[in-house]
Amino acid sequence: MSATAKSDSFRVEPVPVRLEGCSKTFGNGARALEPLDLTIRGGETMVFLGPSGCGKTTTLRLIAGLESPDPGGRVFFGDEDVTRLPIERRNVGMVFQSYALFPNMNVAQNVAYGLRVRSVERRQRDRRVDEMLAMMQMADLAGRRIDQLSGGQRQRVALARALVVRPRVLLLDEPLTALDAKLRDGLRLEIDRLLRGLGITAVYVTHDQGEAMALGDRITVMARGRVAQIGTPQDIYFRPADAFVAEFIGTMNRLPARVDDGILQIGSLQLPWQGPAGTTTVLIRPEDVRLQDDDGVLTGMVSVAVFLGDRTRVVVDVADGSSIIVDAPGRTSVARGDTVRLGFDPARLLSLPDRS
Amino acid sequence: MAGGSRGPAFWGQLAFTLLVCLMLVSPIVLSLLAGVTQNYFVGIRSGVTLRWVEEVLRTYSGTILLSVQIAFACLACTLLLGVPAAYVLSRHQGRATRLVEELLVMPVAIPGLATALALIITYGGFGDFRRSWLFILVGHVLFTLPFMVRAVLAVMNSVDLATLEEGAASLGAGFVRRFFGVVLPNCMPGILAGSLMVVTLSIGEFNLTWLLHTPLGKTLPVGLADAYASLRIEIGSAYTLIFFVIIIPCLVLMQAVARRGAGSK
Repeated sequence: MSATAKSDSFRVEPVPVRLEGCSKTFGNGARALEPLDLTIRGGETMVFLGPSGCGKTTTLRLIAGLESPDPGGRVFFGDEDVTRLPIERRNVGMVFQSYALFPNMNVAQNVAYGLRVRSVERRQRDRRVDEMLAMMQMADLAGRRIDQLSGGQRQRVALARALVVRPRVLLLDEPLTALDAKLRDGLRLEIDRLLRGLGITAVYVTHDQGEAMALGDRITVMARGRVAQIGTPQDIYFRPADAFVAEFIGTMNRLPARVDDGILQIGSLQLPWQGPAGTTTVLIRPEDVRLQDDDGVLTGMVSVAVFLGDRTRVVVDVADGSSIIVDAPGRTSVARGDTVRLGFDPARLLSLPDRS
Repeated sequence: MAGGSRGPAFWGQLAFTLLVCLMLVSPIVLSLLAGVTQNYFVGIRSGVTLRWVEEVLRTYSGTILLSVQIAFACLACTLLLGVPAAYVLSRHQGRATRLVEELLVMPVAIPGLATALALIITYGGFGDFRRSWLFILVGHVLFTLPFMVRAVLAVMNSVDLATLEEGAASLGAGFVRRFFGVVLPNCMPGILAGSLMVVTLSIGEFNLTWLLHTPLGKTLPVGLADAYASLRIEIGSAYTLIFFVIIIPCLVLMQAVARRGAGSK
């Protein structure tokens, strides 16, 4: 897709999207989304991330116009209130998990569909379809039937079809979920390059944290119909707002700790601490824990060591019966049964308000 | 089934299958032959002739035309009623639509005679309507509509119509445009299969029609029954021959469509 993505004919004015008090209750009384206020900046890629049933797809469908919010909720594109507009009048581009390509049309006809609906005159239509297919490196597939395409090719046609109409907002609903892992990585890079090249406002729904981290300018982590945290991938990863986010994103260790008289005690480590006395939980990422020969904060026995090439993932059972996961450099040589000491920089410790 | 090692079981089965086929096919062949035989009681030795076929065409062309007319009118009605009905049933799945789906089978499950009697009891008083071919048409539509709805519904449920429509809507297409540009083309195999089924069933329908018809408005199968009951067996057989000429292409097409539908999955 490379630099051609900057082609002027596809450049769009970035439009911000704003949700005001949008909740969604389905006919059977199930609350899919608690009242939500959210602003997606113009040109930004916002990822909705969460487990299934967290409300991320419902939110996307509210923005798309495929669902309408409960009374009182409002959706804005820029300054325009689009709450009452059905999807066909919102000028959005949408990429579906199942692609939703029309089996009765070939690749070029699929891509041309939105232009035909908009009555773009034939010569211009053909030119824009050709340009789009060239940009997606699919010019040679123009005449193919949909059932002759691979999954990755279908996904590109779906992207091309959504983008060729120059939508105000591009909405992607788990677009890579149906693809195999290797293809997914490749397409993820392509989508990333494409979105940045176009500067279009994009909303991307996924349950895959890797995708979310790679693509999102900001990520909205959702759980049970609520927003758990909104922030940049770094915010979400390094400063999780609550236990759910901490556990959902990446791998997190819980360290057993006690607070007494303003001192936090973890193994042999003592830190000044503010907070109520008693047992508490502090968190640390596997890559922030070191295996060391001398002192260390905790001592334990290796129960699993898996060599992953770039790193070795070691699971260490410590005294109180909990296990701590450590990402050590690839060249670390430890074996099951070894006694190791664990150390870490106190600045890398995370504590969370006890909400869960 | 590796070649060369076919045991007695294989040959026994083959012989049995052929015997059954022979039993099924011979009456048809004999009947067709009777239609072109000079004198059935003498046998095929009496000579081959198209005389009976011509006679049937002369006397019964009205019934043949009426049958074809009713079949296509019936097709038009079931398309106009059945396709939208199937669409609604497929898009709004719930308790109510399931009930409707079940109810749709009723005309098939109830004997045609009963349906016909019900129609006569209810509408028999409207003399002009009772006497016109439209009365038969109503019966045929009642009888064939479920087949159309089922055929279309099966295809609609297999293509994830909802998502296709959402895709079209996201590209700016309103309902009418979506329906004709995306929904209908992608349901074509079902519509085609349903159409052939309806035409075939309507042309061959006897139960209902026998009660619904008037002496001036006979369809092909009713005429056929008359011919066998009151005329030379050669004429009845020639009539059957004509019926086959009309119905067999429909059946062959139906098979072809069904196969193509299965092949594209």
